[in-house]
Amino acid sequence: MASYKPTQIQVYPKPGEEATQDTLYWKNYEQIQIKEFGAVSSIDFSPVAPHNFAVTAFTRIHIYGPYSLEPLKSLTGFKNTAYCARFRSDGQLLVAGCEDSVVRLFDVSGKVALRVFKGHTKAVHVTDFTSNRYQIFTGSDDYTCRLWDLPNATELNSYREHTDYIRCGVTSKLNRDLFITGSYDHTLKLFDARADKSVMTMDHGQPVESLLLYPSEGLLVSAGGRHVKVWDLLKGGQPLVSLKNHHKTVTCLCLSSNGQRLLSASLDRHVKVYNTTNFKAVHNFDYDASILSLALAPDDESIVVGMTNNILSIKHRKRPDESEAVPSQPRRRPSYRMPVKGKNYAPKQEDYLVSRPVKEYLAQYDKQLKKFNVSKALDSALEIWRRKRSPEVMVAVMKELDRRGTLKNALAGRDEQGLGSLLHFLLGNVVDPRFAPVLVTAAEMILDVYKQVVGQSPLVDRQLLRLQELLEKELGYQKDLIEVLGMLDTIFASSLPKTEVPCPGSSRANGLTPGVMGTSRPQPHAT
Amino acid sequence: MITNKKGRRSEVKVESSKNMVGHGDIRVVHRGGSKINFRQPVITNDSRLLLCASGECVKVFSTSTEECVHNLRGHTDLVTGVLLKPSNQLQAYSCSLDGTVRLWDFMEGILIKTYDIGYSIYSIHTSAFHKGVTFIVTSTLSDKRSESFQLVAVRLPQSGDQLTKAQELSAVIGDVSSNPAAIVFGREGEYIASANGLHLEVFFFKKQKTFSFFLKKDNKKGGRNTFMCVAAHPKDDCIATGHEDGKIRLWRNFNHKKEYTYSTMHWHSNAVSSMSFTPEGTNLLSGGVESVLVLWRYNDVSQRDFLPRLGSAITHIAISPDGALFCTSHSDNKINIIQGIKVSAVLQGLVTGERVETDLIVDPRSKSLVLNGRPGHLQFYSLDRDKLVYNLDIVQQEYIHQWGLQQFKVVKVAFDACGNWMATVEERKQNVAELELNLKLWAFDEQTQSFVLNTTVSAPHESRITGMCFCQATASQTTMLISASEDGHFKAWQLTRSAQGEDEGPSLTCDFVGAYRGLVPECCCFSADGSLLAVGFQEVVTVWSPASWDLLTTLSQPPKAIRNLCFGQLSCSKYLVGTTDDHLLCCWNLLTCSLEWSTSMDISLLLSDPLTENIAVFCCHAGSTDFFVFKPSEPRPVFSLKAVCSGKVTHAVFAPREEMLESSEESSQWLNYSQLYFLTQCMDLMTFSTKAEEDKLMASSRQLMIDDSVAMTPFYLLLGKHRKGESGDAVSSASAERPPLPQGSEAIKELLRTPAHVLPSTSVLCSMFVKSLLVSVGDASEESNHPKEEMESEKEEEDEEEDREMQSKVSRPRRGALDGLCAERAAPALTKPQRRELRQFMKLDHSWLAGLPHS
Repeated sequence: MASYKPTQIQVYPKPGEEATQDTLYWKNYEQIQIKEFGAVSSIDFSPVAPHNFAVTAFTRIHIYGPYSLEPLKSLTGFKNTAYCARFRSDGQLLVAGCEDSVVRLFDVSGKVALRVFKGHTKAVHVTDFTSNRYQIFTGSDDYTCRLWDLPNATELNSYREHTDYIRCGVTSKLNRDLFITGSYDHTLKLFDARADKSVMTMDHGQPVESLLLYPSEGLLVSAGGRHVKVWDLLKGGQPLVSLKNHHKTVTCLCLSSNGQRLLSASLDRHVKVYNTTNFKAVHNFDYDASILSLALAPDDESIVVGMTNNILSIKHRKRPDESEAVPSQPRRRPSYRMPVKGKNYAPKQEDYLVSRPVKEYLAQYDKQLKKFNVSKALDSALEIWRRKRSPEVMVAVMKELDRRGTLKNALAGRDEQGLGSLLHFLLGNVVDPRFAPVLVTAAEMILDVYKQVVGQSPLVDRQLLRLQELLEKELGYQKDLIEVLGMLDTIFASSLPKTEVPCPGSSRANGLTPGVMGTSRPQPHAT
Repeated sequence: MITNKKGRRSEVKVESSKNMVGHGDIRVVHRGGSKINFRQPVITNDSRLLLCASGECVKVFSTSTEECVHNLRGHTDLVTGVLLKPSNQLQAYSCSLDGTVRLWDFMEGILIKTYDIGYSIYSIHTSAFHKGVTFIVTSTLSDKRSESFQLVAVRLPQSGDQLTKAQELSAVIGDVSSNPAAIVFGREGEYIASANGLHLEVFFFKKQKTFSFFLKKDNKKGGRNTFMCVAAHPKDDCIATGHEDGKIRLWRNFNHKKEYTYSTMHWHSNAVSSMSFTPEGTNLLSGGVESVLVLWRYNDVSQRDFLPRLGSAITHIAISPDGALFCTSHSDNKINIIQGIKVSAVLQGLVTGERVETDLIVDPRSKSLVLNGRPGHLQFYSLDRDKLVYNLDIVQQEYIHQWGLQQFKVVKVAFDACGNWMATVEERKQNVAELELNLKLWAFDEQTQSFVLNTTVSAPHESRITGMCFCQATASQTTMLISASEDGHFKAWQLTRSAQGEDEGPSLTCDFVGAYRGLVPECCCFSADGSLLAVGFQEVVTVWSPASWDLLTTLSQPPKAIRNLCFGQLSCSKYLVGTTDDHLLCCWNLLTCSLEWSTSMDISLLLSDPLTENIAVFCCHAGSTDFFVFKPSEPRPVFSLKAVCSGKVTHAVFAPREEMLESSEESSQWLNYSQLYFLTQCMDLMTFSTKAEEDKLMASSRQLMIDDSVAMTPFYLLLGKHRKGESGDAVSSASAERPPLPQGSEAIKELLRTPAHVLPSTSVLCSMFVKSLLVSVGDASEESNHPKEEMESEKEEEDEEEDREMQSKVSRPRRGALDGLCAERAAPALTKPQRRELRQFMKLDHSWLAGLPHS
């Protein structure tokens, strides 16, 4: 006498990406959002300990602490839109450009600008400190980039080689004289402060929006248009890889702190994560609006993203110990008033252990199915769906009932409320391709059973109309998809090379005349 | 080379088949028991044995060990009923379609008597209250083939002959059902009730009167009233009838034409197939398709007990005479023995059902035969031990026993070369449009020694799967599975390790999807080394390379579709053999990509032996099946046999032998490495067996028989010596005069031969026995009379022949001397060999004797 075999809940493949190590890593963040006054054009993390970050938005620069929701400090005093606030490597000073062509230097603790650098004639979009900490480099819309001396606020050098706006630039962290600029004239130029001219020029092909140097400074990454390109500086600016994973302009680049992953943000509202060894996209973040700026805290503790809709999104890494802190207290076992004999007896090696028969517990729907209570089984499955929102159980029970030929009985005889919840379930899941084969038959049966009572209940009628709408929409989608498939087929068929299959039957009636073929074809030895 | 000229080929055939008849050393024999659920089994009085009709014999099983104790052979046709003899519960009647009733001693397995009735018997009924009369059901005498049957009373003649002819037949009830469950004896044999179709007849023996009751065919509520089975209460005038719609009616007061009453009980949702009252009449057991044994209280019908999930539809219910043991036989060739509320033993035969959807397949690991058995299961049947090893649940779903319900069926099975992986396909066709398909991959688990589900692919194809095979090359690193389907594609599945971790084992993924001109692939086959894959697309055979998935070549044989394909093995691996729908057997040479030869024969099955080059072919010819074994490279068939069995053979398999046979004869050489098993149209499992093999089997069984006849005791030694001496005498010196057996040993023999229960008490026997062994005083005087001779004989003790001569010399004078002595002395004299034996006996260990009084 066999025991009852419980209903098998089929495991369906999850739609969407596979859970890789990367997805697990990058999914482990919680997001908070802060409203800024304007589009967030730049974000920079302080290189020293608490790792505050400066957010440039409209005419202000806000400095946030790592876990603060309110800005720790607000630097105002810009007459127009501020650009590109950057920390010095000791985290004490901060430089920012402005639409009014003036570059300002701030002390992080102070409020008023320490130095003001005037010389550019148009908006300054790029500012940065050189690695010797006493010079700054700026790039401007007047096609020039300049070097300034910090102590006496004088211009050291000016380079006018670009033929369009300079919108990005990066200084070398290892050499105090090197800096690279990217411009809307599609070129990247490497400058040496000791020379009067650029020493290297690379053509990106699109207006360059962002630049990034690898920590080793052998590789340079540039973003412009939809492309992200990697250049080998040591080989004289040879292009290594060109990535095209976004469908709008890439605005910002960033390296994860261990240099293993490259992040790119784009106006298409995505942040993509690449593996830097094979440059394959391994993860993707979706945001609500076009992204202008992106920064990663040291050790990837947080990802900060600024968007065109004035929102600053901060994603903090979830701490693993937080979740474990709560159930740290050992759960108390129920205490027995009567001592259980032999409770603490440890079996010896030669003892023969008789295991207690394991009682099998059936789910509620299985209990009902075992008793052939089909309607109740369906009800309890519906209850599970209502609680957990996982349609698999419901679909499995419906499938089982259909197999038993009693699905119609189970669906019939329901009141307004019961039918309403059933239709609610169907509306949510009938177009899911994983469940459609089962649910479509169920929907047909419901229509069959309840067609006499249509029009009696406004609730049910509304749901039926929604079902009809849903199905019509789905049919439209399917039609479109099939059209696309047909197009693809023709494209594939024309692109495939034609291979000739040797067929002895095609040349003669059949292979009945041996010898002819044997001579024409080289004979391999028998195995 | 074989030409495809019909004449020459057939000449070869005739010649070789004549040869075979001449040899006659290869026979077709039955394997795997026939159905044991054909008729109701019988439990013996002591509940230790169970008798059931099985094909042409009656099997006796032990109810505790599940082993088959005896096989009562003798009938020449299907046995249709087994019954205990009412007057002697240690004997049983069996009846058969061959027109005989046989009486058996089932404890010993001996045929006692054969009664020849002369007509095919469909069932047998007896009652303790009708001495010497048995009731049998035969077809109506006038027409043997008719569908109407009658109940006939037969007086079995009491004669000593082995074979007697019973001629005293008298019809009791005309127009009865051939189903034995529809006829039953009432209380104390007063009446007999028979149900057929829609009427119930009760015949009272005393009044010689028949009462008939009719039911309407259908009632308003859609119930179907056809009678299915009848049971009679043993103590009360009550008949229970089971009906097609699952109702049970209890009839009372049926000895009146008008005032009869019945009450209805309804639990079963489908036809009640069997019912039985317990011997005390307190409970009624019923069973049907639902596979639930229902126990109804006779006094309170609203109280029921259930024993659910017995496996498959119940066909018969039997109860032991003491009421402690029930047994239910099931449609899947199984008998459950139920003690209390628990199944205590299961007798499971080979389940063949109406169709074997999966082919016959041999599991490479356990060498057991695999085919689908119970619904949704695969059975592993050990061919060596002729016993079911285990059932593997493939579908893993609760089986709903209900008529007309479409269930999942296992339709394809394949094993890889070492038996580590098994692939199964199950399908369920609800209606024309919807087909549910599941492809499952099972991994062999060393720990539990059975298969564990690894991967389930739901809907692997859009339509039915027509062929499935594993790559059989043992050297290949990857395990590859090919499935061909009616949707026009064949798919290659490969075992791949999952990307991210070692925690999960390998799983099945689709590697390649192939198609050829939108044709439907019907069969697929791998070459032995796994380097080629042949897929038959209707009339075109395509050959693919599994390494690169290139289409290497196509071979075609219009106008009819290819039905079967197989590659040659070993030295013939360059050949591809196929059969077509228009009765053509073709052999292609893959090196030249051309047809090597073809011949016309109506082939129903083609299969190759994986261990040799041989290819076996079953062809259907004029209603019977012919069998050929050939090598693709040679023109002459290796072996052929005409009319192997009637009907078409569609399933067969080569099973590798445990130990190789060493036959040098050309005709039986093909059986050296493997054995061929096949299923006939009536689902009997047959095999080819050689004479040498049978001799070996016989020898081993004979040895067994001698071994367990007498225990190894001093008595055995005494007896054994005598027997040996006798037989040796008869062989060596048949002409020599037989020495008269001494009286003493005669007494001992008598003592040993007489059954224990007729012997007087041991105290009486003991003195007699000891006396018979004692050396009497008379002997001593005689000894002194002939001291010389005695000495002489003792010297020549070793020499048997001389000793015997000496005996005869000695005994003659002694007899003369004894003539006078006999009157006074009861104790007989002992001869020398006897004395020698006695001495031997003294030396023996007598500890067993000491143990006797204590036990």
